[in-house]
Amino acid sequence: MKYDLVVIGGGPAGYVGAIRAAQLGKKVACVEKERAGGTCLNWGCIPTKSLLRNAELYHILQKRASDFGFKFENLSFDWGKIISRSRSVADKLAGGVEFLFKKNKIDYLRGEASITGPGKIVYKTKENREETIESENILIATGAVSRDLPGLVPNGKTVLNSHDAMILDPQPKRLIVIGAGAIGVEFAYFFNAFGTEVTLVEMLPNVLPVEDTEISVTLEKSLAKQGIKVFTNTKLVKADVSNQGVSVVIEGKKQETLEGDCMLVAVGVAPLLPKGAPLKLDKKGFIEVNDRYATSVPGVYAAGDVIGPPWLAHVASWEAIQAVEGMFTSHKPKRVRTFPGCTYCQPQVASVGLTERAAKEQGLKFKVGKFPFSANGKALAIGEPEGFVKLIVAEPHGEILGAHIIGAEATELIAELGLAITLEATFEEIEATIHAHPTLSEAVHEATGAAFGLAIHF
Amino acid sequence: MPIAIEMPKLSDTMTEGTLVRWIKKVGDNVAVGDVLAEVETDKATMEMEAFDEGILTEIYVQDGNKVEVGQKLAILLGKGEKIDSGASQPVQENKASPEKKGEQPVAAASKEPIASQAPGTAKGEKNSEPTPVSPASSGRVKASPLAKKVAAELGVDLGTLQGSGPGGRIVQEDVVASGKSTTSAPPPPPKPEAVRQPAAPKALSVMPALEDKKLPLSGMRKTIAARLLESKTTIPHFYLQAEIDAEPLTHLRQSINAAAETAGLGKLTVNDFILKATAVAAARVPLANAAFGGDSIIQFANVQLACAVAVEEGLVTPVIREAQNKSISQISAAIKDLAARARSKKLKPEEYQGGTITVSNLGAYGVEQFYAIINPPQAVIVSVGTIVKKPVINATGQIVPGQRIILGVSCDHRVVDGAVGAQFLGELKKFLENPTLLLL
Repeated sequence: MKYDLVVIGGGPAGYVGAIRAAQLGKKVACVEKERAGGTCLNWGCIPTKSLLRNAELYHILQKRASDFGFKFENLSFDWGKIISRSRSVADKLAGGVEFLFKKNKIDYLRGEASITGPGKIVYKTKENREETIESENILIATGAVSRDLPGLVPNGKTVLNSHDAMILDPQPKRLIVIGAGAIGVEFAYFFNAFGTEVTLVEMLPNVLPVEDTEISVTLEKSLAKQGIKVFTNTKLVKADVSNQGVSVVIEGKKQETLEGDCMLVAVGVAPLLPKGAPLKLDKKGFIEVNDRYATSVPGVYAAGDVIGPPWLAHVASWEAIQAVEGMFTSHKPKRVRTFPGCTYCQPQVASVGLTERAAKEQGLKFKVGKFPFSANGKALAIGEPEGFVKLIVAEPHGEILGAHIIGAEATELIAELGLAITLEATFEEIEATIHAHPTLSEAVHEATGAAFGLAIHF
Repeated sequence: MPIAIEMPKLSDTMTEGTLVRWIKKVGDNVAVGDVLAEVETDKATMEMEAFDEGILTEIYVQDGNKVEVGQKLAILLGKGEKIDSGASQPVQENKASPEKKGEQPVAAASKEPIASQAPGTAKGEKNSEPTPVSPASSGRVKASPLAKKVAAELGVDLGTLQGSGPGGRIVQEDVVASGKSTTSAPPPPPKPEAVRQPAAPKALSVMPALEDKKLPLSGMRKTIAARLLESKTTIPHFYLQAEIDAEPLTHLRQSINAAAETAGLGKLTVNDFILKATAVAAARVPLANAAFGGDSIIQFANVQLACAVAVEEGLVTPVIREAQNKSISQISAAIKDLAARARSKKLKPEEYQGGTITVSNLGAYGVEQFYAIINPPQAVIVSVGTIVKKPVINATGQIVPGQRIILGVSCDHRVVDGAVGAQFLGELKKFLENPTLLLL
């Protein structure tokens, strides 16, 4: 039997691509070497959100109980339970993906796949048996793994990658985080909330360097206030690793030596390439694809983390759908242009579209509309007055070029602006939409008004 | 509940239609499926069927009038019902209760949306997403707020655009692209010697003098104008020509027709041979039986052979389906039937849509040679001249009387290169000069 599509990898690109192909009436198999759900579900987005929820609750109870009028003694936590809750959430969702495979009559094959020839895939099962399958089309969705720094091999104890960090037991007393992207910042927030002494080191001038500078600067101040030591414009010079811990030399304005129980390396990801067919790669080693997500090998497509940044689950799923619809329908696939990015520390950070500096670099004419949560009724009522909404609104037509939110539930608020950009809504459509009161979303409404001097509450 | 009958949209390019005549009269009982009226579109005259039953109570548009798609034509009432004042307003739309809107698929329009897309598309292709149909300028145009603003500024008619956004929505990019290709992007600072003519002005203004007649465009004329302008201005045409020896063809046809006459069978025309030869050549050179698809070339699995037929108002190109599988006598019968019904405007849309290659034959008018404009989205059109008697040099080098036909082929260079066009023309020549092969 020959498949219409074999997907290699069962993460957010792979399983979503497989399901869409099945929905189109195709005979589909998905080969996965570990567990369906990929990094996102097993070792990324989902389990970390579980950990961060614990951190957020504990932070409120421990640091802000008196604000809310709570009184208790001996507040404590069970570290093992915190980690096991996170794992059980991942387990539950992974089962959900396997159910979706069954429901869509997708053959779920366990093993490590390699592409051995045009339309030919061999996968090695756990029992070391080699099975050959054939398919008209192949979609590579093997994803990526944490990138290591030269000479610093993660050992799960003193040198950690994100995978290690989310099951680290016992809790470290002192942690050094290298890299202040979303992953570095989220772990820094998590460990700090539970009392670990955290130092966050970033080579670029700001934390969350891809975000709008104003957002990054605000977040950096907030993290510092929460007790995290933040070094920006600072590079790692040397790291000595012993059984007891790590000694790290960093160099920013001056050289310093940091001591820690362990260090987390969060400096990006490296592609996880399938074996077999020699695929053309880009300069950074990711698989090169064309506008239809086709690789250099005929009949072989790729989507998700393995084709390069942005390394985001929701982008991976979208790409896989584009690729699959391009294979089997008359749909003309599109490459990713606008996508939301979210960081789940507190205050949360979320954005979509252009930053102010990108809009300037592109020479666009625009206005900035800003509205602080400190002037939003709901934010005050729930005790979250930190942060603001910032919109980059183009002139003269008023379309939304970019949206940047820092504050409570920022990651939930960004959806409205993603839709606005996709549908090319202009500031007038958002302005003309009644936003419920009292909600945090009113800040979005007011920010559109602010761009044109029409904000009511500020 | 009064049911409004509206001008149906009977083809994807139709924006208005002429109510040729009412078959039912006021007071007639109407059953589902009854023919209410005849409607003339840009392509053909069609019967408009009832989708609801009732009594035809009022007629708002009289025979011979032209109205926009969606305009109310008449009202059907159930027994004992009266028209409420809102529903009886002829042009003002949708005054009736909102829930009625869903349940009034009235006319033939809603029966089946007619896709203009070429059929028999590439192998195994399944169209899961509705093809974005360019919205008629009278209907709702799906366009983003930004696109609307930019269109207003550039003076672009959104109704003429195809959207590339979600669900066929027109987005800014579509408007800007069309603004560039058609008109009014702000003109560059005037540099008299270097000013470029703006591309393709819609029409030169002609002032008719007193005795001159002004003929309003029929739907068909408008379609011809729009499609052929688009073809000639956007498709890079190139042309090939070959003279073929028509002597064997003439002789074969004479002997077949003599035999057919005694047997009481139909005669074959020269055009039947040309059509058959085109079908064979297109099947043998599949690169010529193709269309330009923007980011790909669609190579058709079947030869859907279109043949230009002159009709009163212009021309139509009815299609002989899967012509590569049909014998010459089947082709002959098919085109006879299609042409007759084209002249009486009785073709259904599916009978003139979806051709993959076209033959245009002006031989009957004595034209010796010409080059037809490509019929988009096809890539090749064959132009056939008349049989000319002239001196020719035969195989032994003597000048003898001969019979010749000049064939022209117009090709879309985006799809067909010179060598492929030549190969196609070569096949055509080979089979027409050895016409017995066409009987196999």
